[in-house]
Amino acid sequence: MPAIELEAAGVTVATPAGERVILEPTTLSLTERRIGIVGPNGSGKSTLARMVNGLVAATTGRVVVDGLDVAREGAAVRRRVGFCFTDPAAQLVMPTCVEDVELSLRRIERSASARRQRALGVLERFGLADHAEISVHALSGGQKQLLALAGVLATEPSVVVADEPTTLLDLANTRKVADVLFGLDQQLLLVTHDLDLARRCDRVLVVDDAGVRYDGEPGAAVDFYVASVEDRIEGRVGP
Amino acid sequence: MLIGIYQPGTSLLHRLPVGPKLAALAALSLSIVLVRSMPASFAFLAASIGLALLARLPLRMLVRATRAVLLIAVVVAAFQWWMFGPHRAVESLLDLLALALAAVVVTATTPVNAMLDAIIRWIGPLRRLGVDPERVALTFSLAIAALPGTVSLALETRDAARARGLGRHPRAYLTPFVIRVVGRAHETGDALAARGLGDD
Ligand SMILES: Nc1ncnc2c1ncn2[C@@H]1O[C@H](COP(=O)(O)OP(=O)(O)O)[C@@H](O)[C@H]1O
Ligand SMILES: [Mg+2]
Repeated sequence: MPAIELEAAGVTVATPAGERVILEPTTLSLTERRIGIVGPNGSGKSTLARMVNGLVAATTGRVVVDGLDVAREGAAVRRRVGFCFTDPAAQLVMPTCVEDVELSLRRIERSASARRQRALGVLERFGLADHAEISVHALSGGQKQLLALAGVLATEPSVVVADEPTTLLDLANTRKVADVLFGLDQQLLLVTHDLDLARRCDRVLVVDDAGVRYDGEPGAAVDFYVASVEDRIEGRVGP
Repeated sequence: MLIGIYQPGTSLLHRLPVGPKLAALAALSLSIVLVRSMPASFAFLAASIGLALLARLPLRMLVRATRAVLLIAVVVAAFQWWMFGPHRAVESLLDLLALALAAVVVTATTPVNAMLDAIIRWIGPLRRLGVDPERVALTFSLAIAALPGTVSLALETRDAARARGLGRHPRAYLTPFVIRVVGRAHETGDALAARGLGDD
């Protein structure tokens, strides 16, 4: 497995009200095959996930993927790290499915006919072969997310970061997308609110209030998260 | 609307390279605009219809794609009838229809990626002047792709405003609409950056 190393990596932003810490300096060495990240809305999960491919730059410390510094070798890191977003509509930019996958392949496959063949192969793998020439807008939410994943995996990255990829999906599509993600040979960094998915990981980080509050075995991490949420609710509405 | 109407197929027009197709479209459009005669207008419209038949495009799709232009053409023709009489009106109606049909035929038989490859080839020589052809082509395709998404955002925000009984206040839907369009643009930018499309 590749290694994702955070060395006291943190993010602060300047706001009108002063400096705001979005993610405290965090040190982690992520080498497991499937790593889950859970935590409340606005806790800093996306910020942590986005630092891995340089979409968010660490303002202190550094992030290193496979020995490559994200800040200095961003392009090389992005070739290795595929990123899947919550809303597939924002990622699909070409009119038809096969063309969207081809867009990912533009850089690594110069010949148009070879590119088409490869894109069709990728669609086949994701069960979208029949939809190759169909408008991306005609797909269901689950199919859109599968297509977005196809576009990300077409270039064969060694790490896949997925930021709440199933949050907008129904149960059946959540299962489908999750099965694809958990079936990958690649290292997976999965931000999710689906605790069943978190339990299927090898290691889970609980992020709360701009920091990693628990890091360990999935069952224990999910229990820690659930307990922290229950404490908070009781604290607010209790007697 | 000429967006997203590509119809896969194997006709002669589908197999023709992009360059000759666009050149022919330019030549035909220019002749339609320059040649002022009623018989010629009929001939041009017949030619456009012939091309659509040759490409075996479904009639429903043709009607849908040219509907908006047809509406404008009728308004223009009515205006010309009033100003210059029936002769000019019929001629301009035929010309506009022929133009629209020819453009639809080219768009419906050419995949966007083929169009992009052609653009990249043509502006390749400008590379020396610091223009990045890949980037220009990507900009074109983004503009094309953003349209349907933006329309659906507009409909969603309008419905949301209506649901709250605010349908008659433009501010109630224009403000969230603009915010969502900008938000979507940011997300798309992030997605492109994540796919490494801005890196070289
Ligand atoms: N560029 C920024 N400027 C100001 N605040 C930000 C910025 N980016 C993120 N935040 C804030 O930081 C917090 C954490 O964001 P995020 O990592 O997206 O949380 P999560 O993904 O866990 O919901 C949120 O409250 C968000 O509003
Ligand atoms: Mg988030």
